[in-house]
Amino acid sequence: MTDVSPAVPHYPAGAAPRGWFHRNQQSLAPWLFLAPGALFFLFYVIFPIFQSFNISLYEWDGLSPAEYVGLSNYRDLYWEFVDRDAFYVSLKNNIIWLVLYLLAIPAGLFIALFLNQTVTGIRIYKSLFFFPFVISQVVVGLVFTWFYDPTFGILNTILDWFGLGPINVLGNERYVTYGIIAAGLWPQTAYCMILYLTGLNAVDPEQIEAGRLDGAKGLRMLWFIIIPQLKPATFIAFVVTIIGALRSFDLISIMTQGGPFGSSRVLAFYMFEVALSEYGFRMGYGAAIAVVLFLIMLCFIAYFLWSMYRDEKRA
Amino acid sequence: MKMSLRTAVLGAAAAALMASSAFAGSDAKLSGDLKIFLDTSNPAPRATMEAMIGRFQEKHPDLNIETTVIDREEYKTQIRNFLTANPPDVATWYAANRMRPYVDAGLFEDVSDLWQDAEIAENLASTKGAMTIDGKQWGVPYTYYQWGVYYRKDIYEELGLEEPENWEEFKANCQAILDSGRKCFTIGTKFLWTAGGWFDYLNMRTNGFDFHMDLAAGEVSWEDERVRKTFENWKELIDMGAYIDNHQTYSWQEALPFMVNGDAAAYLMGNFAVAPLRDAGLTDDQLDFYQFPEINPDVEMAEDAPTDTFHIPANAANKDAARAFLKFVVSADEQTEINNGKNLGQLPVNAKSSVDDDKFLNEGFEMLSSNSPGGVAQFWDRDASAEMAKVSMEGFQEFMVKPDNLDRILAKLERARQRIYK
Repeated sequence: MTDVSPAVPHYPAGAAPRGWFHRNQQSLAPWLFLAPGALFFLFYVIFPIFQSFNISLYEWDGLSPAEYVGLSNYRDLYWEFVDRDAFYVSLKNNIIWLVLYLLAIPAGLFIALFLNQTVTGIRIYKSLFFFPFVISQVVVGLVFTWFYDPTFGILNTILDWFGLGPINVLGNERYVTYGIIAAGLWPQTAYCMILYLTGLNAVDPEQIEAGRLDGAKGLRMLWFIIIPQLKPATFIAFVVTIIGALRSFDLISIMTQGGPFGSSRVLAFYMFEVALSEYGFRMGYGAAIAVVLFLIMLCFIAYFLWSMYRDEKRA
Repeated sequence: MKMSLRTAVLGAAAAALMASSAFAGSDAKLSGDLKIFLDTSNPAPRATMEAMIGRFQEKHPDLNIETTVIDREEYKTQIRNFLTANPPDVATWYAANRMRPYVDAGLFEDVSDLWQDAEIAENLASTKGAMTIDGKQWGVPYTYYQWGVYYRKDIYEELGLEEPENWEEFKANCQAILDSGRKCFTIGTKFLWTAGGWFDYLNMRTNGFDFHMDLAAGEVSWEDERVRKTFENWKELIDMGAYIDNHQTYSWQEALPFMVNGDAAAYLMGNFAVAPLRDAGLTDDQLDFYQFPEINPDVEMAEDAPTDTFHIPANAANKDAARAFLKFVVSADEQTEINNGKNLGQLPVNAKSSVDDDKFLNEGFEMLSSNSPGGVAQFWDRDASAEMAKVSMEGFQEFMVKPDNLDRILAKLERARQRIYK
């Protein structure tokens, strides 16, 4: 480029060599444009990560001076894990969340395939299916709390018709997590559905035509022709679902407050309880939980980055 | 002009009136800004507080009073920020252990000098203990309320039951109620603290006030036989099926309809439950109150009476005005006014004040002043440290649902105690 431009020189011939900035303009420009975003990212994301690591080594109530305690917060977490205490329960629930929340992906795909047709009023049906994603998680939580209500809820009214005993989903330590996940799946499925609906628009009709000529139908068509083409949508759906599962906080806070007796806690909620709630303010301990949560996320982040890198390279 | 006001007021007779306005007179030179932060965000308490501040303003026209009302729940976390960063001159909070973190961090002003004042020392003696940490007083109370058993009088009459005087009668009543197809007690333990109220009473009646306070302070093992005894008493009620089913799913408000509909006969609650019960249509003929009965005759009766308080942040700018305001709040007249049925509807902290003519307030006042010789507790989550309160109330909830897990629960609480109070 620089070799081309001298046709219109900025300086009269024979002037001093151009400034450092002008010489490196091409390579500097992207960094300059990136700078504001990068600075914010550094300040609000990267820096707090390290700060969390640091705070997790202290005992601090947010008021008095922090006291350095080394890894003792992690040791307490370890003992809570061994004793099957709150931390163990949270970790276990987090894993249940991660696994079951992924059901949103096939469910979303199924609904998307079902809605991907041209009938009168399909737009209305599509928006109705998308509706749960638009309403706030708080509302979803409340609706499901009433739905599950052991005395007045519709779930138990329906069970009653079939002569099945009332079950208190949110009051039973065995069912509560599944009950909340079911509530969470409702909006998450809608989200995945939207991702797949847009993905289906981009499916190449020629390939379907070709598949059809080769005799592919039904499930085989879906598995070998459609789903491979939906890979980008699946990837995004996977990412948002994993992130959604790991930060499942609002539903738990609305529906059970982590109860009954702490059996529906997940790490994010436990961290909040320990560090920021009315009875909390163990900042160091909260930070230690945050670090554990971060390490779990890091596994997924690493996988996401790696697979994106691989795709870029291949392209 | 101020002098003339002062002389005029002093000239006016009425002894009680004189006591309170004498404060105002002596501090009449107050000026500058007075920033007041309140957590009384519900409409009625908010109006009460604003009216009270209005009356204080009238007495000190030169003072520029700025009032900020913060949502009651939000306040509990915000107080940590504003006490350090941008302190007001006066702030509301709670008594006993709940103020300890701020006292320990040096964020509350020592106001022992106010408590030296004869007016306060004599008239507020009953709440002095709750305001004292390390031998000093860190604020003044402005209202408190009793806890006890609120029950459906009509159901008791229908079944021919009397208010129980002791544990055996208590259980016999409960059995009669159960036999009539109702539950004895409604409760909603979703937010845990309601179970803390039951523990407070059962433990204070079984082991006495001092033991209860030692336990709250982390000085007794949770696996102690005496603690176990409390839980055994509790288990008797649970095994009878005394409590409504599925209480772990309800908040305390969601548990009210069971009592209103007559599915449950009583509610162990604070006096604040009366207003919603009345609003739901229960008349004073249907609703009555009794003190939690004696269990162990060897221990003195003690009560829960949570106290709400005013404090001066250590970094406040206008401490003179703040002190005058605190004195004003606890004066007999103001106490009578703000705690009457039209306002807070609770008990005044000043012994010279009069209690509003409300049967529950009168019974509560009577109970606390003459039938609580053991002492007055604040409430489990204000007496125990915040962390211990949280862990233990979760344990209480679990125990109420699964009483057979008692050993595991107590072991867990004991581990928590050793960690928290090391």
